[in-house]
Amino acid sequence: MVTNKRTVALHVPVLARVEGEGALHLRIRDGQIEDLHLEIYEPPRLFEKFLEGRSYEELPELVARICGICPVAYQMSAINAVESLSGTDPGPWVQAMRRLMYYGEWIQSHALHIHLLAAPDFFGYDSAITMAKDYPQIVRRGMRLQGLGNALIRLLGARSVHPVGIKVGGFHRAPSMQEATALKVQLEDALQDAQDLVAWVAGIAVPDRDQDVTLLSLEEPGDYPILNGKIASNRGQSFAVSDFEKHIVEHQVAESTALFSLFNDQPYLVGPLARLNLNLDTLPESVRTLAVKTGIDWPSGNMFHSMAARAIEICYGITDAIRILEDYGEPDTASVPVKPPAGVGYGATEAPRGLLWHRYELDEDGLIRNARIVPPTSQNQARIERDLQHSLMAFGLDKPDKELQLHCEQVIRNFDPCISCATHFLRLSTERL
Amino acid sequence: MQTSTLGRKPRMAVHKFASCDGCQLTFLNMGETLLQLADMVELVHFAEAGPVAPDAEVDIAFIEGSVTTEHDLQRIKQIRSNSGFIVAFGACATAGGIQALRNFADAGEWLSAVYAKPEYIDSLATSTPMSDHIKIDLEIWGCPPNKDQVLGAIRAWLYGTLPEQAQDKVCMECKRQQAVCVLVAKGMPCMGPVTQTGCGALCPSFGRGCYSCYGPAEALNTASLAGWFEGLGLLPEEITRHFRHISNSAPEFRDAAANIISTDADHGH
Repeated sequence: MVTNKRTVALHVPVLARVEGEGALHLRIRDGQIEDLHLEIYEPPRLFEKFLEGRSYEELPELVARICGICPVAYQMSAINAVESLSGTDPGPWVQAMRRLMYYGEWIQSHALHIHLLAAPDFFGYDSAITMAKDYPQIVRRGMRLQGLGNALIRLLGARSVHPVGIKVGGFHRAPSMQEATALKVQLEDALQDAQDLVAWVAGIAVPDRDQDVTLLSLEEPGDYPILNGKIASNRGQSFAVSDFEKHIVEHQVAESTALFSLFNDQPYLVGPLARLNLNLDTLPESVRTLAVKTGIDWPSGNMFHSMAARAIEICYGITDAIRILEDYGEPDTASVPVKPPAGVGYGATEAPRGLLWHRYELDEDGLIRNARIVPPTSQNQARIERDLQHSLMAFGLDKPDKELQLHCEQVIRNFDPCISCATHFLRLSTERL
Repeated sequence: MQTSTLGRKPRMAVHKFASCDGCQLTFLNMGETLLQLADMVELVHFAEAGPVAPDAEVDIAFIEGSVTTEHDLQRIKQIRSNSGFIVAFGACATAGGIQALRNFADAGEWLSAVYAKPEYIDSLATSTPMSDHIKIDLEIWGCPPNKDQVLGAIRAWLYGTLPEQAQDKVCMECKRQQAVCVLVAKGMPCMGPVTQTGCGALCPSFGRGCYSCYGPAEALNTASLAGWFEGLGLLPEEITRHFRHISNSAPEFRDAAANIISTDADHGH
C-alpha cells in the first residue's frame, strides 16, 4: 500500500529516443495512478486512403514510405499479401533472398535500438553520442553492426532506406557471385561482435518485472519466423493470417477514443521478445546456446529482456545469413511473373518490432480498392500502457518525478515503439486540456 | 569557419514534421561519422538521438517532414525565428512528400474514412513543403537524401559557403555509369529524363525504371516524357500515376499530371 498522498502530474511532451513523436501523460492522485496514457500526436498521413486506385505493382515503393526504419518489412508484408491472392510461390531462391534482406533490416534496426535508443539510460547518458565518449568500443561495435545490417539490405535493395530492389514476384536484380561472397566475409567477421554483444547486453542489470504476458508471433515450421506461416500464441491458439480480423479485436476504452488491439480480450505483445519466447527451439544450436548462456530463464515475461532478445536476433540473423550465402548461386531470373486476380489478399511478416499485417482488396485490373495495415506498435500500445502501470507500481510511485519519468521512458523504449508506423493507422485520441 | 566567427561550437537542431523518419536516419546511419559530426557541432535538439530542446536557438537547423497540421504551422514559424540557417531535407520537407497526394482528394472525407472520430485529429486539408510557409536557406531533395549530400551541406555551411547542387538529370548519371538505358533498350517507363540526380541512378542500375524519388530536375520536358510513355502503351491514368508519386506536389509534376488529365478529358475519355 502506497502511503504517499502527493499528487503528481507528469507530462513528457516529447519522448526522446523513440522513433517518431509521442508524449506521455501520468497523473497520480493520493498514491494511485489516476490517468496514464501514451499519446501519439504525429499527424496522420492517410496511407490507407491514397493506396486506393494505385496498382499492386506500386506497393513496394508506396508502403515503404510508411517507415524509414523498417521499409523492408512493409514491402515484404505487401508482397506477401499480393502473392497469397494470386497463389504464387516465388521459389526457394527468392524466399532465401527475402530472408537475407529481411535479416539486414532486423540487424540494422535492432542495433540502432540497442545502442542509440535503449542502452544510454542504463549507463546514465542522454544519448549514444555522449555515451561513446566513455564507452567508445561498445558504441562503435553497435554502429558497425548497424552498418552491416544496412550493407545486407543494400546487397538486394541498392540502398538501406527505401530500398529499390524488391518487386512483387521477387527482385529486380540478383546480386553477383562476387558481391555475395564479399558480404559473406563481412558477416563472418562480424559474428564475434554479435556474440560479444549478446554477452554485454546480458550483463546489464535490469529491473525484475516478470509478468504473465500474452504473446503473438508468426510460426514457420522448422524455421525462426520472419516471412510466412500462421499466427501463434503462447495460449495454445494459432490461426491463419487471413483470419487476423476474427481474432484481433479493436476495443474502445472508456473516456478515450483510442482503440486498442486485443486478443482474447487481453492486451498482447508482438516483437522480438514474443518471437524468441515462442520460437526458441527453432534457433540454430549455436544461437540457442548463446541465449541460454545469458542466464535469462526463457521464456521470459520481463519486458526488460527485450534488449537481450534483440541482441540474440542480431546473432541469429548473421548466423543464418552466412548459411544462406554459403549456398549462393546466381539464378536465371530473379523474379517470377505475378498476375493477381480480383479479390482480397492477406499478408503478414515479422517486422523488427513484430507482426506486421496487411490486407488489400484488388479489382480485376490489379488496382487497390481498399487497404488495411496493422503495424506492430499499434498492436503493442495496450500492452505498453498495462506494462507502465505494472512497472510503476513495482518501482514505487513515491519516487521523485525525474526518476518516475526516466523509468516510464525506459519501459516504453523496451517496446521500441515506432510511432511513425503507428500513427498512420491508429485510431488515436488527442486529449485537449 | 563558423566556429571562429561564433567563438563557440555551432549549435544544431534536427526537427521532425509529418514523415517516415527516414531522413533522420541519414544521420543515425552515419556510424563513426555521426560521432565526428557531434564533435564539430553541438547537437542541441534531435529527439530521436536523445537531446530534446525544440525551442532552443540554433545556428543551423535541419527539417524533415511536411506541414500537415495547424500546430505544424505554429512550430515552423517558431523554428524560423530560432534558427540561423535552415535546411529542408527530403521529399516531404521540399515537396510535401507522398502524403501530399491528399492535395488532390477530399482530405476531410479521407480523415472520416480512416478515423472513427475525425474531430479529434488536428489535420489540414493539405500537405505542404516548408518553403510554402517560411524562408528556407537550402533544400536537399531525395527520398531519402543521401549521406554525402547532408554532410556536404554541413561542411560547406561550416566554411560559410553553400554546397554545390547537382542539377543533372538521372540520365546523365546513367551515362557516366555506362548503364543500359531501361527506357530505350527495355521499353520500361523511366522517370530519369525529368528527375534530378543525387541517388546514383540506383533504379536503372538495378534494371528498373526510375520513379523520381529525387524530384523534378531543372529544364525538364514532362510532356515529351509523357509522350514516350504513351508510345510504350501506357494509359493516361498510368502516366498520371508516374508523376503523382513521391514528389507529386512539386509544381512541375503537379502540372504535368494536370495536363495529362485535362488532355485526356478533351479527347472524350
